Amino acid sequence: MELLTPDPGLLFWMVIVFGIVFFLLAKYGFPVIIKMVDDRKAYIDDSLKTAREANAQLANVRIESEKILAQAREEQARILKSATETRDRIIKDAQDRARLEGDRLMEEMKKQIETEKESAIRDIRRQVAVLSVGISEKVLRRKLEDDKEQKELTDRLLNEIIGTSK
Amino acid sequence: MKRVLYIWILLIMSAVMPCFASGGEAGNKSDIDVNSLVFGHINDAYEWHIVSIGDRHISIPLPVIVKSSTGWHVFMSSCLEEGEHEGLFIAKGGDYDGKIVERDTAGNEVRPFDISITKNVLAMIINSIVLVWIILGCARWYKKHPVENGAPNGGVGMIESLVLIVYNDVIKGCIGPDYRRYAPYLLTVFFFILVNNLMGLIPFFPGGANVTGNIAITFVLALVTFIFTNVFATKGYWKEIFWPEVPLWLKVPVPMMPVIEFFGIFTKPFALMIRLFANIMAGHAAILSLLAIIFITVKVGPFINGMMTFVSVLFGVFMSALEILVAFIQAYVFTMLSAVFIGLSRVKEEK
Repeated sequence: MELLTPDPGLLFWMVIVFGIVFFLLAKYGFPVIIKMVDDRKAYIDDSLKTAREANAQLANVRIESEKILAQAREEQARILKSATETRDRIIKDAQDRARLEGDRLMEEMKKQIETEKESAIRDIRRQVAVLSVGISEKVLRRKLEDDKEQKELTDRLLNEIIGTSK
Repeated sequence: MKRVLYIWILLIMSAVMPCFASGGEAGNKSDIDVNSLVFGHINDAYEWHIVSIGDRHISIPLPVIVKSSTGWHVFMSSCLEEGEHEGLFIAKGGDYDGKIVERDTAGNEVRPFDISITKNVLAMIINSIVLVWIILGCARWYKKHPVENGAPNGGVGMIESLVLIVYNDVIKGCIGPDYRRYAPYLLTVFFFILVNNLMGLIPFFPGGANVTGNIAITFVLALVTFIFTNVFATKGYWKEIFWPEVPLWLKVPVPMMPVIEFFGIFTKPFALMIRLFANIMAGHAAILSLLAIIFITVKVGPFINGMMTFVSVLFGVFMSALEILVAFIQAYVFTMLSAVFIGLSRVKEEK
């Protein structure tokens, strides 16, 4: 029976000891541990959230950078294209101007040549006239050495002039 | 593999040793009183017996604090060895076997008011110091290490995982929404029982006392659960006891169900008290009885004694391993049932 009857002395000490243990652990022991575990859980959750956000941001940044890169490439292509255009235009302009200049020079040349030619022809004509006058003078002087012939010529000339004036 | 070999060698040696021992002292062997051996351990004592070599008993004397009819007496238990001291002596047989008693004027043995530091009290104090040291040590670790440093490992991690097992599975699961109020008590109970159980399995001085196998201890624990259950109980709980939802004839002329429910208030903690006490006490008794086989079979002869020693050591190891499991399970079950009872007392009134 002794086993089943609680001993009062032991009861007394048990109440005191358990009370003290309970007080110490309930005040300084378990709340600290549980609080830390909760804090850690919150911290881990927080870290996970932050990591997820950072990941999303990183993905965003990648998309952003790709976009920027694409834009840059586009810009490059555009600049290259416009540069080519400009080059072509400049070349074409230069060619045009060169052709015009050439044409103009040609024209001038032609004009000059024409002028030269005309003056040369005039010169030749004058020379021919001078020469023919000289030759005819010489021919006439030789033929008009006798009077008969002189008279004959004067007549023929007169006839001719009269014939033309009719 | 090496360890297994080592254990086998130990077992075989333990089987062979008594052969030599029994050969030496074959002349003066006396019958061993297993009953007194087992119950001497299971029951409380005024001194802490460590070992007996021949007729010499080595034990730690403990203070006796008694208020008898002649006033307060405080002395060491070693004073009682010779018999009576200041009118007090340890009763042999009778109602107060093994307790300090005094004689009243009629010559009958009466018990004085006795708050001696007995073996169980000292063991409980030591175990409590160990417990407080462990838990406050953990708490200090948390204060030193900020959250960012991560979870603890090693001893602190083990305690933390135990705390979390009880906290998450038992307390949160069984009590419901306002579990926070009860968590410190239930955790304290769990670790108090666990430490006392485990210390009780250590066979030498600081441990080895049958603390949780003593009904006074389990009585106080069950009483605290009883208080926690009923003091903070909701209206719905009391309604279910005194006006349960059963057919009217079960409660109106003769309040059958209310009476049963009312008894339930007391049987629940009573079951807690008996379960823990009986389990731990039986465990200690079983291990001791198994080991007592060695000493009982001494007179049968060295060979059988050796065989039986082997068997008993084998079973003793098995029982000790089982008791470690039981130590945990009983602490867990006590906590869980306490939590369930508290949870039942927190029911909301159904609308």
